[in-house]
Amino acid sequence: MPTSLLQPEFRVDIDYNKCHKCGRCVQQCGWGVYNFNERPIPDDSKCRACHRCVTYCPAHCITIRKNDLALRENANWTAGLRKAVWRQAETGGVMLTGMGNDKPYLNIFDHLVLDACQVTNPSIDPLREPMELRTYLGRKPDSVEVVPDGNGGVRLAEGAGIANNIKLDTPLIFSPMSYGSVSLNVHKSLAMAAERCGILMNTGEGGLHADLYPYQDHVIVQVASGRFGVNPEYLQRGAAIEIKVGQGAKPGIGGHLPGEKINKEVSTTRMIPQGSDAISPAPHHDIYSIEDLRQLIYSLKEASGYKPVGVKIAAVHNVAAIASGIVRAGADYVYLDGFKGGTGAAPQVIRDHIGIPIEIAIAVVDQRLRDEGIRNQASIVAAGSIRSSADMAKALALGADVVAIGSAALMALGCHMCQGCHTGCCSWGLTTQKPELTRRVDPEWGAERLTNLVHAWSHELQEILGALGVNAVESLRGSRERLRAIGLDAQTCEIIGVKPAGM
Amino acid sequence: MCGLMGICDQSGALMSGENAIKAMAVQRDRGNGLGGGYAGYGIYPEFPDHFCFHMMYHDVKAKEEAEAVFDRYFTVDLAEPMPTRAVKGITDAPLLWRYFLQPDPHKLADSEMTAEDFVVHMVMLVNSSIDGAFVASSGKNMGAFKGVGFPEEIGHYYLLEEYEGHTWVGHNRFPTNTPGWWGGAHPFTLLDWSIVHNGEISSYGINSRYLEQFGYKCTLGTDTEVAAYLFDLMLRRHKLPLELACKALASPLWSEIDRMPEAEQAVMRSLRAVYGPGMLNGPFAIVLGFNGGMVALNDRIKLRPLVAARQGSIMMVASEESAMREVLTAPDEVWAPKAGEPVIARIEGMDWPIHGDLHLSASEVSCAVTGVDACDVETVEVS
Repeated sequence: MPTSLLQPEFRVDIDYNKCHKCGRCVQQCGWGVYNFNERPIPDDSKCRACHRCVTYCPAHCITIRKNDLALRENANWTAGLRKAVWRQAETGGVMLTGMGNDKPYLNIFDHLVLDACQVTNPSIDPLREPMELRTYLGRKPDSVEVVPDGNGGVRLAEGAGIANNIKLDTPLIFSPMSYGSVSLNVHKSLAMAAERCGILMNTGEGGLHADLYPYQDHVIVQVASGRFGVNPEYLQRGAAIEIKVGQGAKPGIGGHLPGEKINKEVSTTRMIPQGSDAISPAPHHDIYSIEDLRQLIYSLKEASGYKPVGVKIAAVHNVAAIASGIVRAGADYVYLDGFKGGTGAAPQVIRDHIGIPIEIAIAVVDQRLRDEGIRNQASIVAAGSIRSSADMAKALALGADVVAIGSAALMALGCHMCQGCHTGCCSWGLTTQKPELTRRVDPEWGAERLTNLVHAWSHELQEILGALGVNAVESLRGSRERLRAIGLDAQTCEIIGVKPAGM
Repeated sequence: MCGLMGICDQSGALMSGENAIKAMAVQRDRGNGLGGGYAGYGIYPEFPDHFCFHMMYHDVKAKEEAEAVFDRYFTVDLAEPMPTRAVKGITDAPLLWRYFLQPDPHKLADSEMTAEDFVVHMVMLVNSSIDGAFVASSGKNMGAFKGVGFPEEIGHYYLLEEYEGHTWVGHNRFPTNTPGWWGGAHPFTLLDWSIVHNGEISSYGINSRYLEQFGYKCTLGTDTEVAAYLFDLMLRRHKLPLELACKALASPLWSEIDRMPEAEQAVMRSLRAVYGPGMLNGPFAIVLGFNGGMVALNDRIKLRPLVAARQGSIMMVASEESAMREVLTAPDEVWAPKAGEPVIARIEGMDWPIHGDLHLSASEVSCAVTGVDACDVETVEVS
């Protein structure tokens, strides 16, 4: 019997007439596809179509194609399902994968369109007029209380106002990706870009490396179930603290960073022994219900001098009630992660089949908090496949205060979505700790590309606001009246509070 | 497009309603004959402490039912048909009556409410439970005069030139649909507040959802309604100073806020962050009238016209300068107020425009302002 029934996913074709025989493909590939024997010889079965070799081949002689082996058509037993059975029959294991859900679920963002002004109200040209994106993240009081200042004017009453909010120059932040799952250079790129863009990056659950201290005012420090890297100094350095309860790509399960990725630096930052597996339990073992969460929120506030504390949850069926509880427990923001959100590693069955779309989560949480009169008490951060400025605008219109991007940020740094993050062999040097790979990302280069991306999306958001005839993002936020649905069923329209086009 | 005007003699001296008519007549082109209206203050000096109900009835039955309510809950000291004259262009007028009344002392005591709360509850009762009856205004020493027609026709129809008031606001409407409903004309009122509005609030979607969080019900789908509730929320319930409420509705740019002195920055930053969902974004000019004066406000980048003038103690605003030139003989000053900077006129010695004795819930305010239950009209206004 053959050792495997699985055939390669891709074909690596090299046009040897053009090939310089320079061996750069051999050097660039993190997956070990190439052998060199007078010329590069590819092993198709190892290729993940990450295009690192293609990008760096000086002769442009490499082509990656799908392996077009015909399997008998079966709409029920797709090729993917058949291959999964073969793979599991071979290994007996849980299938792991990286990045977000790749199944063709209905994408609600793609069925929403935005409004524009015509005649009765003027559209606004963002190149000529102010177009404001500034956003304050955090808990806001019900009203602004002022007292006379003694000079005929007024000043804020004691304790009034939004002192504890974080100013963002644009309603877009980087989502949590831990040092360990991504490289230190990725973390540096994110932190530098966050500072330049006036936004935030997020440590994820891997602690804050000392090299990021200069950027700490633009860093959310995360406290997850493994408590990696958490100490009083860590909490005090962050601009905000985030309790990670769940992740859109893997709701209800923990994390596992293999020991091979725990080098000296990661070990120091995470405060765990070098080479040991870093296992994040599925639940926080001190949070078995909402009252426990409240205690942790206030413990973290006490420990940090009352920094804003957010709670990140995966979007699941009962997300509205859960989010309401989180706000009432004292969170300054709720981070909602939709079921298409990315991950460094997750069981494929979990990633592809658990959770609900972020569009629905935003809509029901925003409405629930409004119904309860507590919408102002916490910001909503929305993530889980925000793919463009259009998705960002639609997420804001549905009710999010801020969106967070992880996959898009990695793509800005070269990621081609090959879904091999969990292997630690990322050819682009992103989700790996191998020094020969991580050095491929120069933080200065990375920061510039991330800054470009954030600026580009912000400019596009300004264009959208201008077309809508408003000049501040708070006038789009939650304004579902400016959205219409095309091709969504009536019940979904009702759930997300958006009228069908034509109404 | 709509037209509006407001005039206030800050000395409290009275002037004829003719001024308001003249100011609107020169702005005739700003409307299309589908709505005009006025509110006058200080017009009933013989009944300064009575609530005056201006009523619209679709039929006699509605009138009888409403009057039964008035007789039961109020002491009615004068009930009379609204004086009107036949004017070409004004047709299909409802029955128009006015009542000078005070809450029945026993009923008021039983209700354990303030007189203001009691009155608004009665307004709601009439609007929502009596088919074909609508309270156009219910304040003290003031009244709203509105209907379907051009504003100068409406003014002459109501014999406005025979009234004298210290403050007048007027409105000329250009809706793109046909409401055909007299109650839907501006001004909208709540007790002695009145609001006239020119513009379209592009942020209506979030403004209304924000207000719903506080219990207001934006049933008419008009942006004017939203502006009225926002004033109620900020002035009466959150007790913000008028100037700050205006700054919340038409916020300064962040770049301006960043240049302010530190203490002011802190106030403005919080104001914007907290009331951002209530910020009126899009083109508008608004005049809010009340017994202590008036305030006129433009949107934050001045996308609708608003001109102001001062002549002695008289402060005047209008959509067009021609209105000022028509009414004021020799203005000391005529200027275009900057975007988002309110023009405030206060009558010397009179109270602030805050109903200190009003304790209504938001949904009660909504019902009182629009009377929508009674009229069941869906109008989305583009003015």
